[in-house]
Amino acid sequence: MNRTLMAVAIACVLTAAACHKKAPPVARPLPPPPSTAGSSGNLPRPPAPPEPVREPPIVPPEPVPADAISSASLDDLNRSSPLKPVFFELDSAELSAAGQKALDENAALLKRYASWTVTVEGHCDERGTAEYNLALGERRAGAARAYLVSLGISGDRLKIVSYGKEFPFDPGHDESAFSKNRRAHFVITAK
Amino acid sequence: MTKFFPITALALLVLQPQPPQQPPASQQPPPQPSEVSTTIVVEGGGAPRLAVPDFIALTTDAETTAIARTIGQVLFDDLRYENEFQFVPRDVYSTIPKATSFADVPFDRWRELNADGVVVGTVQKTGNSVRVEIRILNVRNHMAAFSRQYTASGANPRAIAHRAADEIFQTQRSLPGVAQSKLTFASDRDGERMTGTIESRQVKEIYIADYDGENQRRVTVLKTLNTFPRWSPDGRSIAYTSYRRGGGQIFISNIYQGTLEELTKGPTENWLAAWSPDGSKLCAASPRGTSHTNLYVVNRDGSGMRQLTNHTSNNTTPTWSPSGTQIAFVSDRTGQPQIYTIGVDGTGFSRLSSDYSDRPTWSPAPYNEIAYSVRTGPGFDIKILELASRNERRLTNGEGTNESPVFSPNGRHVAFTSTRSGKKQIFTVTRDGRDVRQMTRIGNNEQPDWGKGQEMQR
Repeated sequence: MNRTLMAVAIACVLTAAACHKKAPPVARPLPPPPSTAGSSGNLPRPPAPPEPVREPPIVPPEPVPADAISSASLDDLNRSSPLKPVFFELDSAELSAAGQKALDENAALLKRYASWTVTVEGHCDERGTAEYNLALGERRAGAARAYLVSLGISGDRLKIVSYGKEFPFDPGHDESAFSKNRRAHFVITAK
Repeated sequence: MTKFFPITALALLVLQPQPPQQPPASQQPPPQPSEVSTTIVVEGGGAPRLAVPDFIALTTDAETTAIARTIGQVLFDDLRYENEFQFVPRDVYSTIPKATSFADVPFDRWRELNADGVVVGTVQKTGNSVRVEIRILNVRNHMAAFSRQYTASGANPRAIAHRAADEIFQTQRSLPGVAQSKLTFASDRDGERMTGTIESRQVKEIYIADYDGENQRRVTVLKTLNTFPRWSPDGRSIAYTSYRRGGGQIFISNIYQGTLEELTKGPTENWLAAWSPDGSKLCAASPRGTSHTNLYVVNRDGSGMRQLTNHTSNNTTPTWSPSGTQIAFVSDRTGQPQIYTIGVDGTGFSRLSSDYSDRPTWSPAPYNEIAYSVRTGPGFDIKILELASRNERRLTNGEGTNESPVFSPNGRHVAFTSTRSGKKQIFTVTRDGRDVRQMTRIGNNEQPDWGKGQEMQR
């Protein structure tokens, strides 16, 4: 296993080096224009420190940016939940403004990581019955999925599962717990 | 259509250490022609008053003695269950001389205690099995109103008592008993976690138990979420919702063969299967790729699926009428879940409830009732709706939250899930709300169904 890891590491380093070599020449940004704002005082300003040289990100052929998210394992990814849950009111599968905002951000991530496939789980609090909550959870997951599809995410990437009230996120029996348990929850299943 | 999966072997292994009792009917000799079964008639037509003294061990070894004690006690409990007999309290039996055979029963002493009949049993070990003889003797004329012999393995003496109890109910009270019936439910008691999930999610597996909560045994080893089990009418199979393939799908475990069938397949989910009374079809709820769940009817082998409801609301939680011509279900077309009925041919649509309601269960004949759970506050209570009169009665009154009611096979009892003792547990209660009994105690146990059991076949 160590040997495999080492081989992968070497391959990564070589690939990165190769990429750097292939990188197009980078134009240095122009120095900022001399500041005129706040020049009412007589004191001469010290020259601004040179801007650090920034290279534009390398655009790889595949949309897999070399960042923390793309390099994390599926388990780590899902543990840190880059895709935000969407919360619902009691007995409701209607998307709130906050829910739509969370989905907007999720859609941006799903566009950036276009190879991800996701299961949208529908969950309910314990104030609904076990049986009916299956249909309610499905509708919640379906509402989240439909909104993502309306933002251009392919439906093929978004599977739906309803768990009803079988897997509460907070085992408590008060509104604080209930509000966490009424949700559409996103699980990345492949990347 | 029948599919066999690797789980087959596992399920078989789980079941093998204690194979379910096969119907002893095949081994049991028919009642002797000379032993005429009659009934004990009580003046005024009241319930006969019975005594059930300890059964007589004809062989004096410890095993036979223990079996005799168990059968006598279990039979006493079984006979009390239906409230069809009165009983001489067992704690006064010590004053009565013990009989050593059917020949020396002290009838006069039993008569002094106002007994109408005395249930006498003998147990004799014969090789690897036991021979049990049970008679109900009329205290006045000393005649046998009931006389049966049972030869069975001594491994499960409770099953012998249950069979005798059901035969006594049938012959003495013309009542189908439930002593041989069985419960099934979902349980997380094993504390196993689902693999491949980040949050801690507990596995739920399907369990079965005798009607009195004894002999609890696990019947699935799918290591995933398994819910809403339903006995087939013949008591040999259990259909349930399993997330083994990711989303919910209907699986059928043939528990006496140890085989598993996959009734529905993805990509859409299917939940909450309910058997038709003849066992030839199942009805289940599925969204079928739409934003609303509808009911579908499918043949037992998975063929011929057809849509029963077609509405832009959620339509779920089906139950069949005893005649198999109607289905009661839940729809949220008014904005919250309510109970409705519809003909199996899709005609004749009717609403039955007014508050948030779910899990209708149609009673067996001769009752014509639907039990369901209704939101009564922060939680739920169990109500029964009498269909002809539309009268309702409440079986629970806010003791914890109470959900998922089902009738016993004879319609005289209801099993349900309640949190009244802490975690979710299975309870039973009579159809008029008496005699609440807790069936489960380990882990969370929920979503019961009550089947006729295998031994009842004659």
